[in-house]
Amino acid sequence: MAKTVEGLYYSESHEWVKVEGDVAVIGITDYAQHSMGDLSYVDMPEVDDELAAGDEFGAVESVKAASDLYSPVSGTVIEVNEELEDAPELLNEDAFANWIIKVKMTDQSELEGLMDAAAYEAMCAEA
Amino acid sequence: MKYYDKLIFDLSKEGRQGFSLPVRNWSAGLDEIPAVLRREDAPALPQVSELDVVRHYTNLSQMNFGVDSGFYPLGSCTMKYNPKINEEIASHPGFACLHPLQPAVTVQGALKVYSELARSLSEITGMAEFTLNPFAGAHGELTGLMIIRQYHISRGDLKRTRIIVPDSAHGTNPASAAVCGLEIVQVKSKENGLVDVEDLKPLLDDTIAGIMMTNPNTLGLFEKDIKEIAALVHQCGGLLYYDGANMNPLIGKVRPGDMGFDVLHLNLHKSFSTPHGGGGPGSGPVGVAPHLVKHLPYPRVVELEDGTLDVVNEKGESCGRISGFMGNFGVILRAYTYILMLGKQNVRMVGPLAVLGANYIKESLKDCFKLPIDSVCKHEFVFDGLADQSTGVTTLDVAKRLLDYGFHAPTIYFPLLFHQAIMIEPTETESKETLDGFIEIMKHIAKEAAEDPESMKTAPHTTPVRRLDETTAARQPILKYKDII
Amino acid sequence: MAFSYFPHTEDDVRQMLERIGVESLDDLYSDVPQDVIYRREYNLPDALSELEVRQYFDDLASQNHKMMCLCGLGAYDHYSPAVIPHIISRSEFLTAYTPYQPEVSQGTLRYIFEYQSMITELTGMDVTNASMYDGATAAAEAVMMAMASTKKKSRVLVSEGLLPQVVDVVKTYAGFNGVGVTMIPCKDGVTSFTAVQEELAAGDVAGVIVPGINRYGIIEDLTGYADAVHAQKGLLIVYSDPSALAVIRTPGQWGADVVCGDAQSLGIPLCYGGPYIGFLACTKDHVRKLPGRIVGATKDVDGKCAYVLTLQAREQHIRREKATSNICSNQSLMALYVTVYMSLMGPEGLRKVNEASYGGAHYLHDELLKTGLFSEAFEKPFLKEFTLRAEVPAARIQDALARFGVLGAVEVEPGLVNFCVTEKISKEDIDAVVALLKSSFNRGE
Repeated sequence: MAKTVEGLYYSESHEWVKVEGDVAVIGITDYAQHSMGDLSYVDMPEVDDELAAGDEFGAVESVKAASDLYSPVSGTVIEVNEELEDAPELLNEDAFANWIIKVKMTDQSELEGLMDAAAYEAMCAEA
Repeated sequence: MKYYDKLIFDLSKEGRQGFSLPVRNWSAGLDEIPAVLRREDAPALPQVSELDVVRHYTNLSQMNFGVDSGFYPLGSCTMKYNPKINEEIASHPGFACLHPLQPAVTVQGALKVYSELARSLSEITGMAEFTLNPFAGAHGELTGLMIIRQYHISRGDLKRTRIIVPDSAHGTNPASAAVCGLEIVQVKSKENGLVDVEDLKPLLDDTIAGIMMTNPNTLGLFEKDIKEIAALVHQCGGLLYYDGANMNPLIGKVRPGDMGFDVLHLNLHKSFSTPHGGGGPGSGPVGVAPHLVKHLPYPRVVELEDGTLDVVNEKGESCGRISGFMGNFGVILRAYTYILMLGKQNVRMVGPLAVLGANYIKESLKDCFKLPIDSVCKHEFVFDGLADQSTGVTTLDVAKRLLDYGFHAPTIYFPLLFHQAIMIEPTETESKETLDGFIEIMKHIAKEAAEDPESMKTAPHTTPVRRLDETTAARQPILKYKDII
Repeated sequence: MAFSYFPHTEDDVRQMLERIGVESLDDLYSDVPQDVIYRREYNLPDALSELEVRQYFDDLASQNHKMMCLCGLGAYDHYSPAVIPHIISRSEFLTAYTPYQPEVSQGTLRYIFEYQSMITELTGMDVTNASMYDGATAAAEAVMMAMASTKKKSRVLVSEGLLPQVVDVVKTYAGFNGVGVTMIPCKDGVTSFTAVQEELAAGDVAGVIVPGINRYGIIEDLTGYADAVHAQKGLLIVYSDPSALAVIRTPGQWGADVVCGDAQSLGIPLCYGGPYIGFLACTKDHVRKLPGRIVGATKDVDGKCAYVLTLQAREQHIRREKATSNICSNQSLMALYVTVYMSLMGPEGLRKVNEASYGGAHYLHDELLKTGLFSEAFEKPFLKEFTLRAEVPAARIQDALARFGVLGAVEVEPGLVNFCVTEKISKEDIDAVVALLKSSFNRGE
């Protein structure tokens, strides 16, 4: 059973968001890393890239699969997790402890459209 | 097969040479080239003797499995026998010496091969005309889609930028469409594996450029509703594209042109017996219905009034140029040799015998393996893993175990419609004895899976190398010799 | 029914039908609408025996003219060592499919790895894929790669110095894919760097593709290109002749991001235009956008060194419509061809090939000028291929040569003709060609 963390927001495309002031810290869920298998690469945007909610901002790749990443919120990328460049397996080890990008949000109300842990778990259970 | 661990670079020794070239005492030398344009260091290529080279590559070849080594039931790849006369003709010095820019009058023999093969393919498929320029199946797909787009553009019908692709399609279909600037609209398959006509109907509007169909589809099933689908798509102003990857079962029996297709590609390296060469060179001729002939890519071979052949090198109304010259001519020679050997008599039996073999294996194994759709198949069929899945033995394990028994594995995990897909295609060139041998081993493997699942999960045991660490290969790519040393 | 490619006896067929539970082969098509079953006789020739097939192709071959090749323009008549056909006709290589089962494909995987090692060595790049169809399609793929690697850019700059067939294919792909193409003119026989700089200033350029050796045979000086293109966050793509790269400055040294071209010059027979082999190489920063197969080294469960197709998440069978390319094969056997060629030649052999080509080309160049039938077109450094201005109608010169079985003076632009010399051409060959030109046009000494 894939784990979830309370207090985070979740998207239908399996990203999580942790809010720190006006910054959204974004990663992929344990469910996502589990269904991908051993990750081999994380494709990340560049700092200063502008994202609208729903925009593709990168991808995670395993040996036999690739899955695009979608930003749950709009804003500007202020940091990418460079550790993942050489160690994508960190996401397999702990998907919630390892974020992918940080976005300075332009519209915090977008968070309301996301799920909480319980709703996300229910969605995954249905799949 | 025996394991051999060297790279050619490992054999290199300063001062050895493997070449023999004439001595030319020209007065002009490379040092005349301005220094800024010269390479300072010599490239670190191997320095080896001729025997080093011959032995090294012979050793490498002995770690490879080909159609000549044994049964190769790789689904959707049509691994039929590659006749040896094809190879002899392809290396005929009277063709191998021809420069692609020689005047047409000096290459009449080559142009005849091109145009006679094109005509033969038209006859076999029911299309009006062919280009042989595309280099591979995927390249043919792209070319065919370009023709479709060019057709709509030439009519000023610029809205048609969406193409329908069934969910069972080869991955190249959506990829080719995207490269061609088309948006993909997916149509679902029904329970019986066929395109759902009811699901298709609402998709058809004036933005649809066409539909890409594989028939028989990737499950090896004939799309029975094809004529209705053709009528619907044509009614909405779209065109029908036929992915000829699965043409083999129809050769001698059904012509895509008669089913209503407007454009198709063939894979000469599948249906027309040219060797796969470890992944190429192939050839992906594209055939079209009469109204699309003017959109075929250039250069084109045309017949002049006096019967001589010429090469047209102008864009005109064509979709453009898609190849440096006129395709993989060496492959074209092989395919035409094959057709001449077959002749009108034997061409009739290609499809039926291929279908016979596939159904024979399917019926013989359906108790041991899960057959999700139990109906008559064409050239191939798909099992969804072992009938008994309680052992945890997967399709991958079955495939790897087959290698131990001297068979190549079938195509696995495709199509995506089934989680444990095993796709088997025997072709018409395999004897009943070979198929019986395969059937026996597959049954044995099913038994092994139940009795000794652990040894299945670590198979293969007898190949030169065993299961590979693909994750590390992708995480820390080592892609050339210098990355190793 | 007996035919050498069909092993079925009548009894086999009967037994197989019985197992399936149908009466006849026709019953296997019961799911096909009966009105699309083709019942007429195919309008094809009668089946031939091998002997007759041989005779048929001998007859067709006799309708071709074997010519002395003094023509380049994308297909080069270099010598091909005897070893190569023997190696590539080994059926373990020839009749194998794509190496999807690495345990029984180490031969294919190993030579592709060697190919990658050699191509990166010649181009001076970090990474290459397992090969492309031909040079022209490799160039088109390079352009699409530039678009995929850069954000918010809408067009590419394409040098008119590229071979015309390469330009045409790039335009076809770009046109359907929605990529803008701006042609950069040549000035004095070389790509106009000034024009490149002017276009770059607009800020919407994803990539610039220029030839290392251009359609006139001139070795281009690419000083300043990489800096100018990178300043605008674009990719520099250099179209190259890998044989020549043994002796001329590499695209890597020029600072290229992507290198493409046709490796036919590495000993592959002319064969009326194919099969040849395209190549596509890049710096490591761009490997995730590189289309096509790539082979990597790894270990198996026993710790043995082994090779495998890798980074497959880039490819069409996984990415489907999101892949940067639809290519799903390579010219594998031709990759083996050039790998064996490069192994035999080594650095010294390739140098000798270039030396002999250079020397012969310059000798022919000078001798042709002496005939008075030609004048200098550009006076720029060239290697094995060059362009002259014809002082009489070019078609007449080409025809005169053709009458004596020589392919040369192919017109590349009105009044401009191409010649090319490889190590296969001797001084006697050139002297004879020049003499026949003189006599054809009454230009005695």
